[in-house]
Amino acid sequence: MIYEVFRQERKGQPFQHAGSLDAPDPAFAETYAKEFYGRRGESEALWVVRRDAILEIEEFVDELNRNYHRVDGYSLKEKLREARERAGTAAPGDR
Amino acid sequence: MNAQVQQLLEIADDELILGWRDSEWTGIAPFLEEDVAFSSIAQNEIGHARALYELAARGLGTTADELAFDRSPDEYRCAPFVELRLPEWERTIARHYLYETADAIRLERLKQSDDPEIAGLVAKIDREEAYHRIHAQMWFDRLQNEPRFTAALEELWLLAQALVGDDFRLQFAERTGLSTESGSEPQTLERGVHTDELTELWEEMTMVRRSQPAGTRW
Repeated sequence: MIYEVFRQERKGQPFQHAGSLDAPDPAFAETYAKEFYGRRGESEALWVVRRDAILEIEEFVDELNRNYHRVDGYSLKEKLREARERAGTAAPGDR
Repeated sequence: MNAQVQQLLEIADDELILGWRDSEWTGIAPFLEEDVAFSSIAQNEIGHARALYELAARGLGTTADELAFDRSPDEYRCAPFVELRLPEWERTIARHYLYETADAIRLERLKQSDDPEIAGLVAKIDREEAYHRIHAQMWFDRLQNEPRFTAALEELWLLAQALVGDDFRLQFAERTGLSTESGSEPQTLERGVHTDELTELWEEMTMVRRSQPAGTRW
């Protein structure tokens, strides 16, 4: 059984993925997680989760092509250039 | 040698020799996670031995290294129980479980020592031993109904009793659930008696150190 381990370095900080381990049951998982990620004062807390309990999402279908929702869907540079052309001003670097 | 130094040496020798035996599993444990965990336990035990030797060495006017490596095998004070080479995992885990149970009993007592140095060191050691006990218990819980494991416990129990003094054997038996009834049964091998396996271990353990003249600075 594979378990994923998440580690919180300091109180209040977000948990971040630390790694995974193989253990036959939750008691072994806890012991190994403490041994690998917790016993040198490097963690404030750990989350140990069975990998198959994690809902994994890998596909992000954008059926309506609403790319303006995304930062990379809207080219600010292009819009800026067009605006400058209309106003007759040069980019700061060209002056 | 006073009784206190003698006792430090007994525990240090147990820890060094058992740590050495447990380290024989490095690289060949049943799976990687356990390989790392068990190797770490082995290294802790050797670390505890070092700290205990240092304390004993001050009382004896010598050094931890000299105590660990420069005595002859018959001068070691470990119990024969820790000397055995156990190439079977179920016997190794049975020994680990019995050893940690006995070790907890003697550390509890030494934490109450009038000597603040001993009490302090033992309290520090015990914080690491807590991990070892959790590790031993989880394996015990998993294997307790496996015939090979229970047979190994029965087999090693007699020798394990020598780890603690007479006055603590009943308590040791209660914690393990194993019987101390002896009567006509064979007696344990007490400290001071050694197996041939200690000599073999000692030959290998001290090989590098003996390859250079005594007093060499490494």
